[in-house]
Amino acid sequence: MEYVIEMENITKEFPGIKANDQVDLKLKKGEIHALLGENGAGKSTLMSVLFGLYTPDSGTIKVQGKQVFIRNPNDANNLGIGMVHQHFKLVHNFSVTENIILGHEDTTKGFLRYDNAVAKIKNLSEQYKLKVDPSAIIENISVGQQQRVEILKMLYRDADILIFDEPTASLTPQEIDELMKILRNLAEEGKSIILITHKLTEIQQVADRCTILRKGKYIDTVEVAGTSNEELAEKMVGRKVVFDIEKAPAKPGDTVLKVEDLCVRSQHSNTELVRDVSFEAKRGEILCVAGIEGNGQSELIYGLVGLAPLSKGRILLHGSDVTQSSTRNRSLAGISHIPEDRQRHGLVLDFSLEYNLILNSYFEKTYQRQGFLDFKAIRTHAEALIRQYDIRSSHGPLSLARSMSGGNQQKAILGREIDRGSELLIAVQPTRGLDVGAIEFIHKQIIAERDRGKAVLLVSLELDEVMGLSDRILVMYGGELVGEFDPETVTENELGLYMSGARKRGVA
Amino acid sequence: MKFPWGGKRARGNGDGGGRIVQGALQKVAHRPASISAFSSILAIVSGLLVGFVIMLIVNPGDAVPGFLTILFGWLSEGSRSVGDMLYFGVPIVLTGLSVAFAFRTGLFNIGATGQLTMGAFTAVYIGVNWGFLGAFHWIVAVLGGMIAGAVWGSIAGLLKAFRNVHEVVSSIMLNYIAMYMNTMLIVQLIYNRQYARARSPLPSAHIPTWFLRDIFPGSSVNIGIFIAIGLTILLHIILNRTVFGYELKSVGFNRDAAKYAGMNAKRNIVLSMTISGALAGIAGAIMFLVAGRHLEPVNQLMQEGFTGIAIALLGLSAPIGVFMAGIFYGALEQGGYYLQLYDFMPEIIDIIIAVIIYFSAFSLFIQTYVAGYLRRKLGAEVELQQGTEIK
Ligand SMILES: Nc1ncnc2c1ncn2[C@@H]1O[C@H](COP(=O)(O)OP(=O)(O)OP(=O)(O)O)[C@@H](O)[C@H]1O
Ligand SMILES: [Mg+2]
Repeated sequence: MEYVIEMENITKEFPGIKANDQVDLKLKKGEIHALLGENGAGKSTLMSVLFGLYTPDSGTIKVQGKQVFIRNPNDANNLGIGMVHQHFKLVHNFSVTENIILGHEDTTKGFLRYDNAVAKIKNLSEQYKLKVDPSAIIENISVGQQQRVEILKMLYRDADILIFDEPTASLTPQEIDELMKILRNLAEEGKSIILITHKLTEIQQVADRCTILRKGKYIDTVEVAGTSNEELAEKMVGRKVVFDIEKAPAKPGDTVLKVEDLCVRSQHSNTELVRDVSFEAKRGEILCVAGIEGNGQSELIYGLVGLAPLSKGRILLHGSDVTQSSTRNRSLAGISHIPEDRQRHGLVLDFSLEYNLILNSYFEKTYQRQGFLDFKAIRTHAEALIRQYDIRSSHGPLSLARSMSGGNQQKAILGREIDRGSELLIAVQPTRGLDVGAIEFIHKQIIAERDRGKAVLLVSLELDEVMGLSDRILVMYGGELVGEFDPETVTENELGLYMSGARKRGVA
Repeated sequence: MKFPWGGKRARGNGDGGGRIVQGALQKVAHRPASISAFSSILAIVSGLLVGFVIMLIVNPGDAVPGFLTILFGWLSEGSRSVGDMLYFGVPIVLTGLSVAFAFRTGLFNIGATGQLTMGAFTAVYIGVNWGFLGAFHWIVAVLGGMIAGAVWGSIAGLLKAFRNVHEVVSSIMLNYIAMYMNTMLIVQLIYNRQYARARSPLPSAHIPTWFLRDIFPGSSVNIGIFIAIGLTILLHIILNRTVFGYELKSVGFNRDAAKYAGMNAKRNIVLSMTISGALAGIAGAIMFLVAGRHLEPVNQLMQEGFTGIAIALLGLSAPIGVFMAGIFYGALEQGGYYLQLYDFMPEIIDIIIAVIIYFSAFSLFIQTYVAGYLRRKLGAEVELQQGTEIK
């Protein structure tokens, strides 16, 4: 049998939208098969069908040539199918080990036995270089580490067919390289892999073939070797995409944000996660904080917006001290914040899209009259943003945020925050999970904000974005700023050395 | 059939403790109204059927007329029994609203019974002693009950907000404190030794009946029903139309996002528990500011507070749903009262209600079946919600 998975004519309709419309996907044994498509094209849905989370309306699935009905994830597990979801499914007050073995526990006379599991996990994490602390609690570890736990979970279950839904969205470049190696190893050992990613370079690096979806429809399956990025992007979006970020040189103006000796202490232990950080962000400039995940960038931002208490330092916004101000008052004083974790902070998943679009402004005069919500204004606002930012969903303003695709959730947050027109725009990983077309669009928006004289503070793990978008780069390592660079003159290599802590120098 | 939530699902917020119940409430509360309402009705029907089976076993001969009495007893004496149905329903509507309101902020107020007890005592105390208030007497007594309930609820809210004590734990403890305090305070302050119970509130403190006794002659109905209707509408508006309601629901759905949006989660938690307690306090006042009903110094938790949890579930945590469920409860109580005409103990009603409570708690499962069934039949609409659990 050549194919391990044959999905044919899969159709899956949600009220208001055909997420998959007669889609085919055929996976060969031992291959890495990329699945490419715009945000909302139906990739996650198709994989959810394969993983037994959704029942297709029509179409057939064959595993190893035999037609099967995958009714739930257990069926999928039994067929050797494992999946790492776009949004992780971890019990967040359980430890890493507990999460990995959950549902596959070793027991002796009804008592949990950890020793075998711990040993197996240790082996796996060494074998595949997936470093995690097995006893750490999920909610205390970074998104990147949670991702590794998800991968380990699947490997722990000895799955042969591995589905990765945007696995690299939250990894650092180094980690991505490692993951790519892992994927190749896995494929060589005979595992078959489906990889959903928006990053064309990753597809070029590891994938053998690539299936492209657009708006729920099957477009094509191509051999990756011999297909250029441009061709892939064009097939996916249906038009030519510009990859290079075009922008005029920055004209920095006066200081909008001034940070002095900022320290943020860990809420769980007594260590400082951010140490004596000082910098200034000016209008008309995109200032980027670069670094490897987990070096204090998240905490720095939480400290800036008031989601984590400062143990030391001052924050000045337009010269006035906001160190003691609440999150709300800082926001009103002129901070917009695109948060790192869209589902945890950025959205109320059980609210409709239009409600989510006023999450930071519901109390403003525009949206209320004497304490009563102004539904008309809310709707108008939502419709404008949906149009402007091309937020696709099944029920427009009334779609439940939870039902929206990951990239469209992100676009909703971006639209909301950029639209507020604050003096300072803090954007943490703003393009995580977006397709190339949407990334192009968002980058343009961010540059436009800069050109309107706003200060932009960008936190990004992606070197391309760091180099292409920013006007000035600060590198953060171990909670400290270890270098300041001009993207025009610095090389990626040099940045890498600073990001990994191999070098440091003072920051003015 | 698939049970998406059978899998492990990472939750973005909350903090241990009564999550399972909360989760259940949450799921019930945010399903599409039609399916949810349908499953509530299914819970009721199942409860009634089980009751009927029990009646068949106990006394086959009278089972059918007895069952009809349960169902239609509230109609049996015309306006009088309708009035009594409303009378029985009102406190349950109010405790149901109390639980439902807290729940919408993500809080599980299992302490309605304690808040109700404090409200009842305070109202009766004022009713017994403050006769000088004249025409305002009853109003002040109800307000007193409301404030006492609010204070009691706010304690749990404050503990949660500032000390991170789970509200389920603190309000269970507060229930017992209220129960014993009630006994102690009755004996010390308003004791009627002859009957070993609290003294009767003065007639000026009784909840007025206005014209209701003309419409429903012979019944015990009073304007508590108007208070219940008013509060139902008020809460409906607060939750669905106001900025305050938007905040409360944000905090309830996702506390982290609420913080990110600059909402004062602590304030909202305290306010929500305070309002929830106030509602239970009013229920306590309305229950005992009537002729012929007396507070007793017995160490027993008042059931109305717990029934409120079931009613909140059955009413899908939406004020209007809770109102309907509460009145339905009143109808069953009323039916049970007439059941004595036959050879049944009125306790059969308690059994039926208990079964309905169980079924409504199980309505999660029922909904899954209903959802699955409808999906196969109609293939639509349901999916949106199914998807929510697993996306
Ligand atoms: N449970 C659901 N209910 C209703 N609509 C849904 C549901 N899940 C997905 N959709 C809709 O189906 C479409 C496809 O969604 P899907 O998540 O498969 O996109 P995707 O290709 O994975 O996009 P992304 O790259 O943004 O993750 C979207 O328009 C989405 O709004
Ligand atoms: Mg997706």
